Amino acid sequence: MGFFSEFIKGLWRENPVFRIVLGICPTLAVSTQLSNGLGMGLAATFVLVGSNVFISLIRNVIPDKIRIPAFIVVISTFVTVVDLFMAAYTPALHERLGIFIPLIVVNCIILGRAEAFASKSTVWMSIADALGMGGGFTLALTLISSIRELLGNGTLLGIHVFPAAYSPAVIMILPPGAFLTIGILLGLFNYLSNRKSP
Amino acid sequence: MENLLVILFSVILVNNFVLARFLGLCPFLGVSREFKSSLSMGAAVIFVMTLASVSTWFIQYYLLIPYKVEFLQTIVFILVIAALVQFVEMVIQKVSPVLQKALGIYLPLITTNCAVLGVCILNIREDYSLLETIVHGAGGGIGFTVAILIMAGIRERLSLGRVPKCMQGFPISFITACLMALSFFCFQGFFAH
Repeated sequence: MGFFSEFIKGLWRENPVFRIVLGICPTLAVSTQLSNGLGMGLAATFVLVGSNVFISLIRNVIPDKIRIPAFIVVISTFVTVVDLFMAAYTPALHERLGIFIPLIVVNCIILGRAEAFASKSTVWMSIADALGMGGGFTLALTLISSIRELLGNGTLLGIHVFPAAYSPAVIMILPPGAFLTIGILLGLFNYLSNRKSP
Repeated sequence: MENLLVILFSVILVNNFVLARFLGLCPFLGVSREFKSSLSMGAAVIFVMTLASVSTWFIQYYLLIPYKVEFLQTIVFILVIAALVQFVEMVIQKVSPVLQKALGIYLPLITTNCAVLGVCILNIREDYSLLETIVHGAGGGIGFTVAILIMAGIRERLSLGRVPKCMQGFPISFITACLMALSFFCFQGFFAH
């Protein structure tokens, strides 16, 4: 497979959130508004690219038995980098995302890609895979957080979209709304893909 | 004493780790098909969360802060949790074959359960004392168990019902979780003042 097809598969066909249902915790927790969702998606993408490249570089050096602890150390190093970087340059976003930035370490998508892809592939392909998977994650977060911000607050990126007469459905930005949104979206995607391939 | 009770009940009912904080969703959805295995998973989580809370508390206050390396928190905590889980697994294997049989396959899964790392980081961020940390850790685990048991009960019933094809599996589980979160939301009034 070429660079482009490795990249494109993560966006939709193997979308980590909608297709494989991984990394649900941060997806639901931070998707109360679009800016949070985008920030989380980009942070996770950075960690994913960093860890995929690094693990792919050292894949022949790591003994097979201790590969998981080694992966975790690499991933948590990149998470620490992102954590400190965001605390310095985007303190407001850092505050809002809270404990979910250090928790990128246990995001199953990242360890999953390290184990399933980066530890077996060249650096170049690992970059494609990381960008695709990170992009897919960001895409899913963008979709979910836009829906929640729009219905729950009537705004998008803080700008009023709906007329002032619209009374926001506050439930959408509360925890139950997160479960409801992803449940309905997953059902909808299942319905559409079933219809396409009978 | 009153303080400890407030922490315990608020972490079980109001700030439930699964339904209000979105921590530990993977096992919540993955293991909740049967009531019995949910119970084992819950027991394992309570056990590991309490142990991890205590050990990371000591590491934070007696190692990271005195040596001024707090920025290593994430790396150190996840390694401690991974080592702890491995260690507990070995001890259980030696000491109690019964417990090993009940918790066996669930223990390794717990390393990547974000509720465990989450509770450790929250303990530090909330400036809890050692006693409060223990209560918060155990309470978090109990809250997880309560949620996963209710979920398992509902899913066992639901497996007999007629669910539209496109909603089977994950989608209907999320909708169930939504209704559960909604009902747990009512507890908020208790501790609001």
